[in-house]
Amino acid sequence: MTSKLSRRAFLKGSITAAGSVVATTGIARAAKSITHEKEEPLATLLDISKCIGCEECVFACQEANADKYPEPEKPFPKMYPSRVPVEDWSEKRDVTDRLTPYNWLFIQHASATVNGEEIELTIPRRCMHCENPPCVKLCPWGSAKQEENGLSRIDPDLCLGGSKCKKACPWDIPERQTGVGLYLDLLPGLAGNGVMYKCDRCYNRLEKGEVPACIEACPEDVQTIGPRSEILKKAHALAREMNGYIYGEHENGGTNTIYVSPVPFEELNKSIEKGKGKPHLNKVKNMMADGTNLAKAMIVAPIAGLAAAFGKFYLSSKEDK
Amino acid sequence: MKTPVKTRKYIYGITLFFITLSGFGQMPVFKRYYIADIPGLGWLAQFYVTHIIHYIAAILLIAFVIYILFDFILRGARLNSVTRPGYFKIAILAGLIVTGVLMVVKNLPNIYFDHTAVIVLDITHLGFCMILLFVSLYSLIRKKSWVI
Repeated sequence: MTSKLSRRAFLKGSITAAGSVVATTGIARAAKSITHEKEEPLATLLDISKCIGCEECVFACQEANADKYPEPEKPFPKMYPSRVPVEDWSEKRDVTDRLTPYNWLFIQHASATVNGEEIELTIPRRCMHCENPPCVKLCPWGSAKQEENGLSRIDPDLCLGGSKCKKACPWDIPERQTGVGLYLDLLPGLAGNGVMYKCDRCYNRLEKGEVPACIEACPEDVQTIGPRSEILKKAHALAREMNGYIYGEHENGGTNTIYVSPVPFEELNKSIEKGKGKPHLNKVKNMMADGTNLAKAMIVAPIAGLAAAFGKFYLSSKEDK
Repeated sequence: MKTPVKTRKYIYGITLFFITLSGFGQMPVFKRYYIADIPGLGWLAQFYVTHIIHYIAAILLIAFVIYILFDFILRGARLNSVTRPGYFKIAILAGLIVTGVLMVVKNLPNIYFDHTAVIVLDITHLGFCMILLFVSLYSLIRKKSWVI
């Protein structure tokens, strides 16, 4: 109910936030959008050709989410065994060239050749907000959640910082801060290690009918947000127009973050700096697909058990005769 | 045409072993505590592998439980032949299967469960597992059978 209201509120707000929401052409279209919106997650479209790498989105993200950032207690409790890593970003809050618990969006730099000309491209990178997010689905405590509007986020009050979400994420997006969160009240030496942080697509702004801070702050209108099917239509139209390429539509079974680039993503991926806190642009298979297929096979299990029991009964009856 | 009791026990024991091991593998503990460093146990720290093994073991367990249940009914066995620990384990197994199936459904694409429901499911599933392990251990030590 809350998410339905928030999506309504989002649409109301988005219509007035000119240039930062999906295009609407009148009341009828807006009404149609609202009806459509009830059943569909929101996605964002990022037109890489427009990004100038000014980092306005990065600073807007930091400002909008400052009150969600961790304030760890120090000294950190001694953790056992000694291999458990302390991850402390609290003294490096101004790092903006990678993802950290204090920086949920950063600009990645790539150079590529288009029509024989060397060009520089900048790419805003953050959580992809997968349609079936492994970070949420595989979280052992239910600390990560997915909302019906397509965003996924980690509850800092519940997360124990085990970092499973980061290992399950095909892009290694969540980042850990030690010395904060629920684990401090449980067995801080033996279990847990802080809280995982990542982009929550400004869920609280969306609830109020506002668009995420990075979208609002962008001077070049790089990002657009709207119902996923409309965003995909726009992405394909844009890709056709610029003879470009799409990333995020099918990655990990589909995400709610769609990039459009004038350069193939394989080329961008070769060019960008990758590593800790710097996600790749590889093709990503659907990580949850095997589980989904086995879930379907699970329907057969009771039938097989039943068949075996009846088979045995039938053979026993025959033997008795 | 009888399934030897020993065979049943082995099937149940092996399934329970793998489902429990892969279940605990859902928590990031095996690497932290060096268990995944033991040769041959590296897979315990690979979350997608333990996830798949847990699902496969769950399929086997569900099929096995249904088989035993209907075999019991079709044989015309008496309800009072089931021992108290037996009934207790049946109830716990039923709880594990119900919460487990709900979690499998939750993991399907485009399925949104209420956040509190997810937390309750996670904790209940783990709770049922712990109880079953303790009761199974008790039954093993005290030689308590499922049926008289």
